[in-house]
Amino acid sequence: MAIEVAGLTKKFGTETAVDAVNFSIPAGSATALLGPNGAGKTTTLAILLGLMTPTSGSIRVLGTDMLRNRYAVLERMNYASPYIDLPQRLTVRENLTVYGRLYGVRNLARRIDRLAGELELGTLIDRAYRELSAGQRTRVALAKALINEPELLLLDEPTASLDPDTGDRIRGWLEDYRARTGATMLLASHNMPEVERLCDRVLMMRAGRIVDDGTPAGLAARYGRRNLEEVFLDVARHV
Amino acid sequence: MASLNRIYAMLLRHIYLLRGSWPRILELAYWPIMQMILWGFITQFFTGHSEWVAQAAGLLLAAVLLWDVLFRAQLGVTLPFYEELYSRNLGHLFVSPLRPWELIVSLLGISTLRTLIGVVPAALLAIPLYHYSIFTMGLPLIVFFVQLLVTGWALGLMVSGLVLRFGLGAQSLAWVAIFALAPISGIYYPIEVLPGWLQPVALALPSAHVFEGMRAVLLGEGFHTGHFLAALALNVLYIALGAALFMRVFGLARRRGLLLHSGE
Repeated sequence: MAIEVAGLTKKFGTETAVDAVNFSIPAGSATALLGPNGAGKTTTLAILLGLMTPTSGSIRVLGTDMLRNRYAVLERMNYASPYIDLPQRLTVRENLTVYGRLYGVRNLARRIDRLAGELELGTLIDRAYRELSAGQRTRVALAKALINEPELLLLDEPTASLDPDTGDRIRGWLEDYRARTGATMLLASHNMPEVERLCDRVLMMRAGRIVDDGTPAGLAARYGRRNLEEVFLDVARHV
Repeated sequence: MASLNRIYAMLLRHIYLLRGSWPRILELAYWPIMQMILWGFITQFFTGHSEWVAQAAGLLLAAVLLWDVLFRAQLGVTLPFYEELYSRNLGHLFVSPLRPWELIVSLLGISTLRTLIGVVPAALLAIPLYHYSIFTMGLPLIVFFVQLLVTGWALGLMVSGLVLRFGLGAQSLAWVAIFALAPISGIYYPIEVLPGWLQPVALALPSAHVFEGMRAVLLGEGFHTGHFLAALALNVLYIALGAALFMRVFGLARRRGLLLHSGE
């Protein structure tokens, strides 16, 4: 298993953001955390990454206890999110160099050149990050997330606020990356076609709990709906 | 080795920032130079009007240059840390294998670099402008420099910890804290000038011992071991407190999810 979560709970004062969540994610799979705003998706991802400590529960990531020994495994995972950013005044190459060194990437210059080629960053590589458009920034954030060839990639709304063309390209790169490396992906998203395309499993969250679990097609069939979007609306509206 | 590589990566991040922004480098040197020019003229005036200043022409100039070491060292920790908050980069940093203590060491490293960029040009300019070289102080200068650097680091870590806890709304603490120390550090006057009740407070600061020690050297009284040891002991205490506060707030930030939502 790439991720094993048991009894995961996160409370902020009297508010429970994640409520006794249990799930396992097999290595090599792509899973989506799906749910309305405030369902606990981002909090769950943040806890898996060690950015947040849980109130209770246990987490094993790539065979390592994240609560006791997270530094043993952080080099093998990575993360992209529109809610955090990269240093604005550094160029794309400088940002990737800094993060490559933080992750201990060998042959870093070659790795950056390769990523620049794959993610079409060639003409942007020596431009300051702050000068880039939202779509270009997302590509750079993805390059940062792939700099260490992670075995586990966590993505929070990877194509939020992107135009359909850029969103489609990013989904394509993610599919290619997974096919080539066999990496495990866990993503939180509100984009149902994206989830249907990228993920072979969906964990539906509502009010901090996992309320359903299945394949995109299986969930649609179970709820008697045509697609995942309709399932999402059912879950979000407590049907 | 891996730790050194990560510390180097963080140093590189701030060197890239400075390299890509000449105004930042110029600003680092500008304020110490202006301070030095101002106090140079004040020194010239007082040399003819004050017996005390006339005893050692460099008294005020050395004081202002060493004060800037403390000031720049503190800002050298806090401003690079603020840069991470301004750019909403903390989340990325702490999902990487970077340990909090490695971030602290890198902040101390960049603080040293920024302090040298700020103070050395001012010290060198004082030689042609006022015929005063702080470097003639010799070995004690290195001791005073290091002591004030460490005091600045300690204060910088405390301020950074508080800003991590309370957000960028508290960023003015970087200036508030350092200027709160200025009157009781005895930068330009002996501690005995202060009211009796304030003197023990002043002597609880490493900076007060450094400036007393500096005056002893410049007035020909020699290197004062007592002040050196007091400053050393207090610096060890304060840097440990600064690091402990930062680490404690970092733990709190992980519990409250502040690392993910840090920013303006």
